Amino acid sequence: MQDCSIAAHDLACRRGDRLLFQGLSLTLQPGEALQVAGANGIGKSSLIRILAGLLRPFAGRVERKGVVGLIDERPALDPHQPLGPALAFWRGIDSTGKDASARLGLADLLDVPVRFLSTGQRKRAAFARLIGQDAPIWLLDEPLNGLDVDAARLVEAIATEHCNADGICIVASHQPFALPAMRRLELLDFAA
Amino acid sequence: MSARLWSLLRRDLGLLLLGGRRGGTVLPVLFFLAVAMLFPFAVGPDATLLARTGGGVIWVAALLAAILPLDRLVEPDIELGFFDQWALRGISEEWIIAVRVLAHWLSFGPPLMLASLPAAALLGLDGATLRTVELGLLAGTPGLAALGIIVAALTAGLRGGAALAGLLVIPLAVPLLIFGAGSLTTGGESGLALTAAVSLVLLAVAPFAAGAAIRSARN
Repeated sequence: MQDCSIAAHDLACRRGDRLLFQGLSLTLQPGEALQVAGANGIGKSSLIRILAGLLRPFAGRVERKGVVGLIDERPALDPHQPLGPALAFWRGIDSTGKDASARLGLADLLDVPVRFLSTGQRKRAAFARLIGQDAPIWLLDEPLNGLDVDAARLVEAIATEHCNADGICIVASHQPFALPAMRRLELLDFAA
Repeated sequence: MSARLWSLLRRDLGLLLLGGRRGGTVLPVLFFLAVAMLFPFAVGPDATLLARTGGGVIWVAALLAAILPLDRLVEPDIELGFFDQWALRGISEEWIIAVRVLAHWLSFGPPLMLASLPAAALLGLDGATLRTVELGLLAGTPGLAALGIIVAALTAGLRGGAALAGLLVIPLAVPLLIFGAGSLTTGGESGLALTAAVSLVLLAVAPFAAGAAIRSARN
């Protein structure tokens, strides 16, 4: 895995006229993992999108070294396409040649159109896309949503492997996510 | 980068061309032919009147047909998370839009030019007028495609975005219409050249305007 790091300095996030958090700093080196926890609507997803560079912070800055891979509630797969070609599109874009669909138990679903897949199956497909991207920094927004117990264990194992291979993993979830040596960042309610 | 753009173009064409899910071809062409067919019913079978106004009718029909696929050009990919994933991979919105303008034009420009042949027959246009109409459409439809993408990106995610997109395109397409349809009455090359000039400006602006619109919609 290539050298990677992500650091945030004094971040603040404002949505509308509500300040979600401020003065938030974090640094992650290769192999480290962080869980962002907190109640619904407290700014976990916003923090993930700021760290990914998709949302501009109200204050502060983010330094990234290495490509970011993102999992959120949208799988970015064409709904009408069978899963196989939909994943093949991203393999064509990423051109790493990694095909993780079998590992995620999707081998039997490759000819099923994405719109017929369940929430959990789509989430597994998103993980296949993420592994194919081969990005050193993983940002996972509620990665366990919709997954059954077995799939959740599998996803935790995949994330553990990623960290063991000197990758960075940031998980935003209100659910427990088992990852060895994971730090925890509790987002507190600022408005209160 | 070029391999990635090629992947994007193939996906866009698969979605927009004949039989594609966001079908940009069939509906606009049928709509275009329907207008060309209705017009003689409305104004009556006066051959000279039809021949004189037919070129303008084809232009208006082409403009209205270009509005039909607007709501499916940009918004679905934002909602599905494609633009975010592309941004993470360092593919800029400008490149994505440039590719999409090309795919969008291929999906409705040449088909409309083909459909102009039966439309010209329905309206009783002579050969010289038809030639000017075809050249005008060749010069003007790329601009319509670029304009459509700009407006689709600007209105993506807005409530009633589809209707708003149509309303926005019409006034902005007026220069294309004036020069394109104007070349019929003057019969001169200057109208065609001006149509092409407007198209070129729109094509040059489209990737940056639409790209900025998509980025600002994230906040």
